[in-house]
Parts: sequence; C-alpha cells; structure tokens
Amino acid sequence: MRYYDKLIFELSHPGRTGYSLPASRQYPFFAEKCSSGAAADSAGFATVLPNNLLRGTALDLPEVSEVDVARHYTNLSQMNFGVDTGFYPLGSCTMKYNPKINEEIANHPLFTGLHPLQPAETVKGAQEVIDGLDKALAAITGMKHFTFLPCAGAHGELTGLMLMREYHMARGDAARTKVIVPDSAHGTNPASAAVCGLEIVEVKSGADGLVDVESLKPLLGPDIAGIMMTNPNTLGLFERQIGEIAKLVHECGGLLYYDGANMNPLLGKVRPGDMGFDIMHLNLHKTFSTPHGGGGPGSGPVGVGERVLPYLDVPRTSGFHGNFGVMLRAYAYILMLGKQNVKMAGPLAVLGANYIKESLKDCYKLPIPTVCKHEFVFDGLIDDGAREGKAGATTLDVAKRLLDYGFHAPTIYFPLLFHQAIMIEPTETESLETLDEFIAVMRKIAAEAAEDPDILHGAPHNTPIGRPDETAAARNPILKA
Amino acid sequence: MSKIIDELLYSESHEWVKVDGNIAIIGVSDFAQEEMGDITYVDVPAEGDSVTKGEDFGALESVKASSELYSPVSGEVVAVNEELEDKPELINEDPYGAWIIKVEMSDKAELEGLLSAAAYGEIAK
Repeated sequence: MRYYDKLIFELSHPGRTGYSLPASRQYPFFAEKCSSGAAADSAGFATVLPNNLLRGTALDLPEVSEVDVARHYTNLSQMNFGVDTGFYPLGSCTMKYNPKINEEIANHPLFTGLHPLQPAETVKGAQEVIDGLDKALAAITGMKHFTFLPCAGAHGELTGLMLMREYHMARGDAARTKVIVPDSAHGTNPASAAVCGLEIVEVKSGADGLVDVESLKPLLGPDIAGIMMTNPNTLGLFERQIGEIAKLVHECGGLLYYDGANMNPLLGKVRPGDMGFDIMHLNLHKTFSTPHGGGGPGSGPVGVGERVLPYLDVPRTSGFHGNFGVMLRAYAYILMLGKQNVKMAGPLAVLGANYIKESLKDCYKLPIPTVCKHEFVFDGLIDDGAREGKAGATTLDVAKRLLDYGFHAPTIYFPLLFHQAIMIEPTETESLETLDEFIAVMRKIAAEAAEDPDILHGAPHNTPIGRPDETAAARNPILKA
Repeated sequence: MSKIIDELLYSESHEWVKVDGNIAIIGVSDFAQEEMGDITYVDVPAEGDSVTKGEDFGALESVKASSELYSPVSGEVVAVNEELEDKPELINEDPYGAWIIKVEMSDKAELEGLLSAAAYGEIAK
C-alpha cells in the first residue's frame, strides 16, 4: 500500500481547471440580467444581488485538472480496507459482501429524487418499499410489525427498551426497573439499558458458554422489566435453553428483548418470535448486506410481537422514516435472494466458521470446543512464544500481524469472558480458497510467535501507519485542532 | 506472576483493602491492573457518597475494556485519590500504592467475608 495523505487543496494550482465553457454561457440568467451582457464575474453578480448576499472574499476552491481529481480520490480510496478489497472476519459485525445491485437500486433517480417533506400521496412507491420490507422482516423474524426509525443497532436497543418500559407503565407496573443482561452480552446492551434509566442485573454463563438457567431463576421477580439476549450469543453458541428462559421470564411478568446482531445464521431457519421474544432489533447493515463500519450509515429497525404491538408508534426516536437508503438496499437484497436462498446464508456462514475453527484449534486455544454458529472465539495462542525473560505474543499482536498479510483483523478482546479473545466471523460470502488462505496465514502467524514473538510485537510492518499509541490517545485526547 | 501483598485483604472482584482503624483504604490488585492493560480513566465517587458492599462505586477504563469497581465494604467515602484523575497510569505503575478511595466503615464485620492473601492467590492466576 502506497502512503498517500494529501488534501485536494494541496494540489491546487492557480488558474488550473477541469472544464472549459464559453464565458457568456456560464451563467445565462445573469448574463441576460447584466446590462453589459458580459461574463457574470463578481461585478456582474453585484448588479443583480443585494450587497448583503455577496461574499466579501473570493471562494477558496481547489483549482485542479480532471486527472488531478481522479488520481487524488483513487489514491485516497486505496488507503482504505473494506469488503470490496479483502476478507474482513470481524466477529459480531457480519461483514458480508454488499451486492452492487443494492447500490444500483438505491441510486435510482426515482428514489434519490425524493424529499422527506414531500406530500405523502406523492411517495406511494417509497411507502410500498417500507411496507414490503416490514412484511419480509416480519416473516423472517416471527414479529408482527417493525418500526424503521432507529438508525443503527444500539439506537434500536434504546427504542426497544423504551417500548418495554411503555408496556409495563401502561399496565401500571411501574416497579419493573431492572433488566437482566448475560455476561456474554454486547456492551451496547447494558449501555442502552442504562441510557433508558433501567438498572442492569448480570446473569452468569455456565462452563458451556450458555446462560445458566439456575443462575437466572433467583434474579426473576416483580422488579424485572425483561431480559436482553443475543442468540446465538457472542461466543457463536445457540442458547439451547431459550424456550425455558422465555417461559420463566414471561411467568415473572417480564419481556424478552432479542439483540439481532447475530441473526445471520438463523435467517429463514429459526425465528426470534417463535423462541418467545417480544421485542427485537435487526441490523440491516449487517444481516441484510449494506455498507457499514465506516462505509455507510446503519439501520436498526425494531420489531414487536403481539404483547408490545399496541405501543409500537410511541417512541419517535428519529425524524421522518429513518435511513431509507439502507432500507432500500436491504429490501433489494432480500428480494434478490428470495425465500429459498435466504435460507442458505445461515448454513454457509456456519460451515465457514466451523471450518476455520477446526482448522486452527491446534494453534489457538479454543475455550468452548463445540459446534459453533456463524462465529467463534479463540482465547489467544497455544504457544505464544513466551520464554524466560521474553514476553509472549498477545491477541493484539496476532491481529496486527494479520494486517501485514492483507487481512482485516477479527474482533479482539471481546467477549470479556476470555482475556485473549479473538472473535472470528467469516460470513457466507467467502469462497473455500479465501478461507484456506486465511487459515494458512493464521497458522503462519502462530509459527512465527512460537519461534520469535518479536516479529509479532513489531507488527504491522507493511502498513502506512504502524501502531497508534491508543493509551496516550485515550489519556490525553486532543479533541480540537 | 502478579504481586500479592500479605497484609491486605482482597475481594473476589480483585479489589484490595487495607484496614486502618475504622477506615478501609481500597484499591485494585496487581492482577487486576495486568488484566486491564493500560488504565486510561478512573471513575470515582465523591467524598460523602455512601458505598455498599458488593455494589459498584466507580469504574476503571483501559484501552481494552471498562470494568466496574465493586466496594468490598459498606460505609461513607471520606477521601478520594484525586491524583488518579490526571494520572490513571499510577494504578498500572504501583497498584498497591495507588489507592482509589478511603471508606469509613459502617460494619467492620463485613471484613470477615474478604479473602486473605493466600486465598486470593488461588483466584488471581
């Protein structure tokens, strides 16, 4: 990767342009109005615009040729890494390929020309897309209806918890102020509950990595608003006791919230509604293939079952209809796959994850050696190369070394249950060749660590930027230029 | 191998307690700071706040994670180590020197539920 960090202003050269137009035709309206009929320079503008609308200084725009512009943005784009450039096994983020037809449809002028303040009767087509997506998602999840206002996953969690609170308040059940969250949960779960003014109660996982029903029972009572769960959980394991958990939580008067971040392996196979969940969010940008992770905005629609349906319209957590462009892409993805093929995403994602797990478990510690769903967690290297007086290679070192070999790093140090966690999610997108290449590199890195961990300590060696000092950045953040 | 000081008491959530009369001086163990990595921020209560045994009284943030601090005793916060506000790294450099809060205990019998250095050594590895 060639380092490139110029601003387009640094390329500017006085008088250089990327266009050539006859002077009198640049601004036909002004040319006509100007008495002289001359070019509409600033003096020309002054004859038709009042003084208070005129700039006092010249506009500072870069003066560049077309080739300058083309090279500048191409070079900048090459400083980026995304699913279009390589394998991106970021656990819990479902970095699947985003089919280009999504973009083609979302960029259609009939959609891009819409304005959010247009009268409703003039946007029937857009409304049909929202209704169609609502129906498709309801069929996939077993929920009744969705609201599309939330702009991403955590926003959806907050909206969902507001619905949960609304449900209890409407029943005069104001004492339900606690939310149960498993210790394996995404960090956003307790954070959203706290923002919603709810108290968080943690439930422990058992040795098998699943929520321990016996630990859950004593927590349930008249102060419990509900439980938030991810299924499969962040270890990539299906919570097999979910039926029993749903029964217990409902019996105590609480609701079940489903964090949809890990919905991908269940598409068309298992429905949160059938598992007993009352409220859920989906991450359209993950499961339904739209650009994310710095590449685009998200969308976190919230679906509800029968119990919560009467309150669905209550929380207005964003303006207009949410991120419509993301919804459009997700709908295109669902329609392109169709009912039959949607069912193939999960099994292929699960196959890929298990293939990587089994191929690497002799080099990396596998704390829970069972069949996983779409992702799994290693707990660092088996031989980290630590010797007398020499520090071993950590998970961070492995992740940094992967960059040298052209792969995006997996999610690291999460979930917190394992101190050297590496969470790998390949998604259904990747070919056997890509998976084999990744496995070979991970094995090579393990061998390097065993032989000389300093190779990993110094990584990445081949990227434009090495290791930013995260500690200094966090301790002394510079928030203003 | 992380350091454990014999004269201190410990909680299962990796806080240490030094008892000075009716005052409990509280910090986090060497094991805890090693597991957290470089500490970047220490969230502490204010003087006069009350703390309850087993409940969180603040949090440590590191590059890796944020972790709650659980009070090993109940009582009133009588002092807060203000130095940690600007220098959270003191916890990494000297975890047993960098105390976090001092608590005037409301029930000294709670100390009996804490771990000895030997018992804590079994957990912190």
